[in-house]
Order: sequence, then structure tokens, then C-alpha cells
Amino acid sequence: MTRWLRTLGAGFMARVGRLGRTGVFFGQTLLYCLTPPIKVERVLRQVWFIGWKSMLVIALTGTFTGMVLSLQGFPTLRRVGSEALLGPLVALALIRELGPVLTALMVTGRAGSSLAAELGMMRTNEQIDALELLGLNPLRYLVVPNLLAALLALPVLTVMFDVIGILGGYLVGVRLLGLNEGTYFGEMSNYVETKDVVGGIYKALSFGVLIMWVCCYKGYYSRSGAEGVSAATTQAVVTASVLILVWDYFVTSLVF
Amino acid sequence: MIRVENLWKSFGRQEVLRGMSFEVQAGEFLALIGLSGCGKSVLLKLLVRLLEPERGRIWIAGQEVGALTAGGLESLRSRLGFVFQGGALFDSMTVYDNVAFPLREKTPLSEADIRRKVRTELELVGLLDAQGKYPAQLSGGMVKRVALARALVRDPEIVLFDEPTTGLDPVVSRAVLDLFGSVHRRLKLTGILVSHEIPRIFEIVQKVALLHEGRIIALEAPDRLCASPDPRVREFVNGKTRGAIAT
Repeated sequence: MTRWLRTLGAGFMARVGRLGRTGVFFGQTLLYCLTPPIKVERVLRQVWFIGWKSMLVIALTGTFTGMVLSLQGFPTLRRVGSEALLGPLVALALIRELGPVLTALMVTGRAGSSLAAELGMMRTNEQIDALELLGLNPLRYLVVPNLLAALLALPVLTVMFDVIGILGGYLVGVRLLGLNEGTYFGEMSNYVETKDVVGGIYKALSFGVLIMWVCCYKGYYSRSGAEGVSAATTQAVVTASVLILVWDYFVTSLVF
Repeated sequence: MIRVENLWKSFGRQEVLRGMSFEVQAGEFLALIGLSGCGKSVLLKLLVRLLEPERGRIWIAGQEVGALTAGGLESLRSRLGFVFQGGALFDSMTVYDNVAFPLREKTPLSEADIRRKVRTELELVGLLDAQGKYPAQLSGGMVKRVALARALVRDPEIVLFDEPTTGLDPVVSRAVLDLFGSVHRRLKLTGILVSHEIPRIFEIVQKVALLHEGRIIALEAPDRLCASPDPRVREFVNGKTRGAIAT
């Protein structure tokens, strides 16, 4: 009984310790984001890596999401005689919800996993220790540029996803299913408000912070060796993806 | 120059160091030997405070490492060079940039001065021709030599070598150790070398410390260590697979 309690207590304390370390990691990273020096060159390099290199996958995902929204939405709306609302349906679904969430999930899969693995390898190969011994703060040098780059890249990628998705919806709704072009875009401008767009941007920003926090943390504290890096990468992607969906609910209830 | 007193360190329930004490004089090159996993690399990381001990104190150049502030620690680390087991070179940088990196980040030197300094260090380790290559394009021995050049580029007073010949063939391993020895003699550095290369390392160090069960059980000049009557020392030095140490 005593041994069981001791094991339970040790497990609980280890979890509390890890939670505390996660919080300290996030707090320190935020503090370093707000205080100079900022490695601008590294930030730009990470914008290229997180943003520019994700564009193709975002364009493809956005196009087909918009297309399938139209394909599903048009017959449903026609059943109630409201096919004119296809444009607002596609636009609002993308701008308020699918754009930010799917962009964040794609960035997690493409860039977040890669960053977790890279940091994990740097931990395994003692490059993080080497940075520390050279007098450089590894968080400031390795993590802060990723967070700042994600804050710059995620909103742009999300807007791009929305625009391409709306065009994908146009291709199917107007060109394939025969809805009037003026109706598709005209109704959209009647229903989509500024707060929808701003809300989507807020979501994108918060997802950017979440992805980098989780993925960089998992990589930074990865166990040594191939198995450790592999586990850290998997945990990073799974945890970030789940948290994006959970956080999406809360941020939606707050913003909209 | 380096003094360690009653150092204890454990990971979970595993006690790695159990009251270790030793001293290294200025200009001395000490080899630290012992079974794999006995805590040699842990000791090096404790010296530079990459790890914290549970108990015990460490002095380097008259300063107590555990009592230093962040600024004091950074200043002390700038006087140290560390050659990691795998080199720990930055993959995204060329050989030149790896060696120039500490100078660019931590000194006000101009790019021309940095170039001069980096070329001198690369010449010292015989890798001037490889300056444009990336770590992935280098052989194991070359990686270790670049790591040495990077460790030396800030003119350290103390250099710590963590198993620098692991994974190298005997010829390259010998060349790397000879290079470390000649660098030590030429620059009059204080050094600690963790290695299993017995008896090769005996030719380049002044003293050898044998770490066993968390303590230093012998600290002698190489010739005296080889003549030690202690069965544990004889067993380790002669590489016996059965006895008091290896069971």
C-alpha cells in the first residue's frame, strides 16, 4: 500500500514538475520575445521556413476545402431554396473556422514536426549545450525566432487559405454547378463582416503561439537518441493538433 | 586551476558521483579514465554547470562555480573551451562559420579580424582547405578537429575534452590525440581529457585519474599509475575483462 502510494505520489509530482517546466519555458520565451536583442536574420529565415515553404500545401488544402464546401453546400441549400447563400456559407465557414484551424494543423504537420525534430537532434548532438557554453541563450537563439516567425506567417497563410478556398468554392459552385457569379460574390459581401475576418486573424495568431510553444518545448526537452527524438516529434504533432481544436472552441466562444 | 571537492550527483536512484574530489594545477593536462557510464562526461558537465551537483563544490580559476551569477558564469565559460563527444558542430553552418560563430556572437571583432583568427585556428588543426564544407561532408576525425578549432578560437585557458576519439579508427584517433597534445604544449593550456584510449593518452597527459564507483581511486602520473599495486588500477589499465572493476 505504502509503495503504491509512493509510486502514485512520485508520478503526480513528476507531472506537476513537467507542467511547471512547460510554463517556465513559455514565460521565458515570451519575455525574450519582448526584450532585445532579437535575432532578426534568424526570424526572417524562419518566416521563410514556416511561411513560404508551407504555401503550396496551404494552397492545395485551401482549394479543395473550398471546393468540397461548395459541393456539399449547394445541394443542401437548394433543398431549402437558399442556394444564393452558397457564397456566404463558403466564406464564413472558411474565414471564421476552417481557414485558421486547417492552416494551423497543416503548419503543425509540416513545420512544427520538423522544428521539434530539429531541436531534438540538437539536444541529442549536444548543440544546445554548445550554444549555452558559448554564452548564447538557446531559448533566445532557437525558440524566439520560431515564435516570432509563426506570429508573422500564420495570419498571412490563413488569409491565403481563405482567399484560395473562396476561389475553390467559386470554381465548383459557379463554374461546375451553375450558380450565378454575381450572386456568389454579392451575397458574400452582404454577410461577411470585419469582425469575422479579425476573429480569424486572432485565431491564427493564437494558434501560431500554441504550435511553437508545444513543438519547440517537445523538441527542446527531447530525450536523447533516435527513439527520444521520434517520440518528441510524434508528441509535438499530436499534442499541438489536439490543443488547436480544444483552444479553437474557447477562442470561438470568446471572439465571436 | 580546477578544484573539485566532495562532489555528489545522481540521476533518479542512480548515484553517479559519490563524493568525488581532485585537483588540476594550471598548465596540467589530466586524463580521466574509467568504465563506460561511470560519470566522466557528467563530471565535465558539472564543471561548466551544464548540470548541477546535489552536493559538493567546484572552483575554477579561483571562482566557485556554483556561486556564480549568470554574468559571472558567462564570463567564466568564455575562458573555457569544450570539445564535445560528437563535436556538436552546427549543421546549418560551414566549417568556417562554425569556428567564427563564437567570435561573431560574443566579441566586438571586425569581420577581417575574425577571418584572420579563424584561418589561424583552422591552419592549426590542418583544415584550412575544408573551411567551406558543412559538417555532414566531413569525416569523423575532421569533425573533432573543427570542434577543437572552435573550442580554441576564443583563446581559452582551460579546455575540456569529452571522449574526443569515440568512433574514430586507430590511425585518425592517434592523429587527433597527437594534435590535442601538441596544442596543449604549444598553448600551455590546462586540460581535462576524458578518454578510453589507453595507453595512447599516457603519452600526452601529465596525470591520470581513474574514476570508479563515483570516486577517484587513483590520481597519478602515467608511469606511476602503470606501476600501481592497486589491483583495480592494474585491471583497468591492462584491460582485463574480469576482476574487481569489470564483473
